Amino acid sequence: MKAVICAGPPTTGKTTVLKQVVKKVIREGFHPVYLKVDVQYAVEDELFKKEFGIPVKKVYSGELCPDHCNVMVLGDAVEWARKEKADFLFVETAGLCLRCSPYIEGSLGIVVLEATSGMNLPRKIGPMLTLADIAVVTKIDLISQAEREVFRARVIDAAAGVSICETNALYGIGIDSLVKKILASPEIASSLVLRGNPPVGTCTVCVGKKEVGWQRHFGVVRPLENDIFYRGE
Amino acid sequence: MHIEKLTILGGVGKSGQPEPVAEISLKMGDVISVVGSTGSGKTTLVDDIALFADRNTPTQRQVLINGVPAPEEFTNDPSKNPVAFITQHTNFLSDLPVNEFLKIHAGIRRRDNISSVIEETIDFSNKLTGEPIDPENAMTELSGGQTRALLIADAVIIGNSPVILLDEIENAGIHRTKALELLRGYEKIFIFVTHDPRIALLSDFRVVMQNGAMVKIIEAHDGEAKVAEEIKKLDDMILHCRKLIRSGERLDEDIFKELR
Ligand SMILES: Nc1nc2c(ncn2[C@@H]2O[C@H](COP(=O)(O)OP(=O)(O)OP(=O)(O)O)[C@@H](O)[C@H]2O)c(=O)[nH]1
Ligand SMILES: Nc1ncnc2c1ncn2[C@@H]1O[C@H](COP(=O)(O)OP(=O)(O)OP(=O)(O)O)[C@@H](O)[C@H]1O
Ligand SMILES: [Mg+2]
Ligand SMILES: [Mg+2]
Ligand SMILES: [Zn+2]
Repeated sequence: MKAVICAGPPTTGKTTVLKQVVKKVIREGFHPVYLKVDVQYAVEDELFKKEFGIPVKKVYSGELCPDHCNVMVLGDAVEWARKEKADFLFVETAGLCLRCSPYIEGSLGIVVLEATSGMNLPRKIGPMLTLADIAVVTKIDLISQAEREVFRARVIDAAAGVSICETNALYGIGIDSLVKKILASPEIASSLVLRGNPPVGTCTVCVGKKEVGWQRHFGVVRPLENDIFYRGE
Repeated sequence: MHIEKLTILGGVGKSGQPEPVAEISLKMGDVISVVGSTGSGKTTLVDDIALFADRNTPTQRQVLINGVPAPEEFTNDPSKNPVAFITQHTNFLSDLPVNEFLKIHAGIRRRDNISSVIEETIDFSNKLTGEPIDPENAMTELSGGQTRALLIADAVIIGNSPVILLDEIENAGIHRTKALELLRGYEKIFIFVTHDPRIALLSDFRVVMQNGAMVKIIEAHDGEAKVAEEIKKLDDMILHCRKLIRSGERLDEDIFKELR
């Protein structure tokens, strides 16, 4: 079985891309399953079930960062996919937290970015892009060729090793090269390990302390004018 | 990659029957039009070209470059893609000043003499529209006509794309005869999707679309060139009227006497 983890900022086209991919993967004779991890609302699982009749699941991360939630549930998800005798496990995460990345070793990591998000976006999103294998750039139908080129150059600047697939996901234009890479990806490893280092420590905000101002917190803190430092024991 | 020839091999129309035109072959310097009624499949045809269709689109057409299917790098890397496609929806989203954006684009294309390339691009664009662009203006502040003109100029000069597809640019306030004249100065393949008689008649030939299929190719001939002259006069008359109306003048019947 192969696993494909698909991340990206909200409404960049993750679902639209995966729908095009799943359609083609099924046409090739494979059995995919689909898992959606989102914060508090998602209907994608029903969409995939209705359109393709494949096994689907959804988890709400709620208080957890969706990427962290992904780490927690992925072990079970792989087991579930194996039980369903799946050839491919597709995971769509919300990827709201720009410090983490949901990709695991021995599986394919895909980040979906929209070309319309402005030429500076590739410089802003960190590990979600730099630790991915493939960056899918959607909505190329809406912008000039010149801006597509600039966007692409900036993706390469930010993440030299990432391969890029540009697509108008509405019509599946350009999706073939992505499908090819997915089909050629490795079988999932027996023990799953996160690809990147998660961000340092936990802060007191994360555990529910609501006061504003670094003076009221412990652990890793940061004032406006200084870098982060450790406060406390 | 040096492009010499672009070939479109016919597929099927909406009816599922093979297209009457089985092959169209274009060489550098060709300017052609695609005509047909609304919904006849004009945009779909240029989409096929932009995609380098390889019998994998609903029309089952195949597009060949120099006689063979396009290499994958064409579709993966826009700066290697020989086709620039300018549609009615194509837009600039960047709010950078025009000259700064062109500088970034020219830099990515590794053009030498960046400042003269930028100047040439803006010059070219200004020749296509009536309203000159202020290079310090944000791209998003450009008018519809200026945007379309700059998209074309950027594709021709900075992108230096050998094949340029233009889908219904006529409504954007671009000087059509001027555009064709200027574009003919560059050895490229231009494909215009158009409802405009002037563009259609000034092309080398036109492809007629019907019900999703390429049904006919009509070569330009001398008789039509004369008709084009007449249409040009009519068109100039309308442009003249438009100019007067725009500048707040009244028109009366004498206007036609004046112009004839
Ligand atoms: N024009 C255009 N629209 C697109 C493209 N890809 C996606 N869209 C549209 O963008 C919107 C969001 O797409 P989704 O696929 O739902 O995005 P998502 O990343 O799954 O969104 P969330 O899961 O809600 O974060 C939809 O309206 C899509 O139809 C594209 O390539 N071109
Ligand atoms: N050969 C074909 N087979 C199947 N469907 C086709 C074919 N050609 C065109 N179509 C479909 O017909 C519809 C209209 O085509 P298209 O948008 O290309 O028309 P058009 O000539 O550009 O129209 P307009 O003048 O309104 O822009 C589209 O939905 C397109 O997918
Ligand atoms: Mg989604
Ligand atoms: Mg059209
Ligand atoms: Zn996180």
